[in-house]
Amino acid sequence: MLLREVEYARPETIDEAVRLLSSREDARALAGGQSLVNVMKIRVAAPELVVDLNRIEELRGISAAADGSLVLGAMVTYDELIRSDAVRAARPILGEVALTIADVQVRNRGTVGGNLCVNDPTNHLPPLMATTGATMTIRSLEAERTVSSDEFFLGVYLTAVTPGEMLTRVTVPALAPGESDGWASVTLGKDGTGIVNVAATVAAGQARIAIGCVSAVPVVVEAEADEVSVRKAVADADLDPPSDVHASADFRRHLAQVLAWRAVGQALERTGA
Amino acid sequence: MPEPVSEQTISVEINGETYEQEVEARKLLVHFIRDVVDLTGTHVGCDTGNCGACTVLMDGKTIKSCMLLAIQADGATITTVEGLAAGGELTPLQRAFSASHALQCGYCTPGMLLSAAYLLEQNPHPSEEEIRRGIQGNICRCTGYVNIVEAIKSVAEGGGA
Repeated sequence: MLLREVEYARPETIDEAVRLLSSREDARALAGGQSLVNVMKIRVAAPELVVDLNRIEELRGISAAADGSLVLGAMVTYDELIRSDAVRAARPILGEVALTIADVQVRNRGTVGGNLCVNDPTNHLPPLMATTGATMTIRSLEAERTVSSDEFFLGVYLTAVTPGEMLTRVTVPALAPGESDGWASVTLGKDGTGIVNVAATVAAGQARIAIGCVSAVPVVVEAEADEVSVRKAVADADLDPPSDVHASADFRRHLAQVLAWRAVGQALERTGA
Repeated sequence: MPEPVSEQTISVEINGETYEQEVEARKLLVHFIRDVVDLTGTHVGCDTGNCGACTVLMDGKTIKSCMLLAIQADGATITTVEGLAAGGELTPLQRAFSASHALQCGYCTPGMLLSAAYLLEQNPHPSEEEIRRGIQGNICRCTGYVNIVEAIKSVAEGGGA
């Protein structure tokens, strides 16, 4: 037996879930479990209560808002993102990047909400939320609020979702005419953990770039969409990435520039510019 | 509102048979399958969600059963490697693994077979690249994957898993 003793509840509505999450100081939401169950095994996390979100229909499904934005339920899996025609039409980068997360089994279980709420600095979706202008909707017992990625990602494994709250949905604007997205990363092995991840969105010659793996939260820079400007903007961001066995801080700084331009370049190719 | 529980009776269909058992909330699905149901074909390799030796099909999709609590599988339909050869007759995929020498120690094989079966069900004619991506979540330390890919390819070409 590997996990510490834990209590378990399986709500069927968001209302029940936030009530359960508020009922204990140490209650945790269990989404796909592809991070939480593993950290419970090594007892980095040992919550008193896990609240299983898997049977809450309201958290499932991908729909379009009146303005064409994609509305992703927090429990949408990577596999559902990849297969979704609505995603392919409105913001194809989401499915393309989801296809490079880990492996088939993890993509069958892992969720959008889990990826964002864990906010591991190497996770794929946080930089994309920053470049696409996505908003996150958080529910508590009393209220619902919607925040931008700047407000959502606060630190390593830390987001605006406080104890007793939960992320319910993510709203991603559809690509505007002439706008396009790109992604570039260097990973540990094919589709492995990112050493540096970069997302970019380009519109009217301007690039919005979000760099993952180099800080606690995605680092956002803006630049004109040409190589010199992009590299300079990333250099001027004075990144202070970690050094580890996989890459030195210097190498990560170097990669950030190279990959930022690759991500912008990919976006530019798609606008036909 | 459902009351939190530390144990609960769950009902799970595994390989066509329904098992009703009380489980502790902390029990992992893989331990339920191996230790309670006594189907030991599903292996524990890394226990960290990387190696894929514990792969099973749950409600038609491959998952790593070391990253799910057994209590979460209440009401689910599961296929383990023992469920592939219904009636004792090996599937074409299993025969291909044997014919292509796609295993040495055999530890990864149950998970590998389920990932391959899932791949072929989703995509009956995968390219080599698609096959390699399809078994990305299953680590084999004996074969170098070449013969595993060959085995899957031979079934894809022969039609039907």
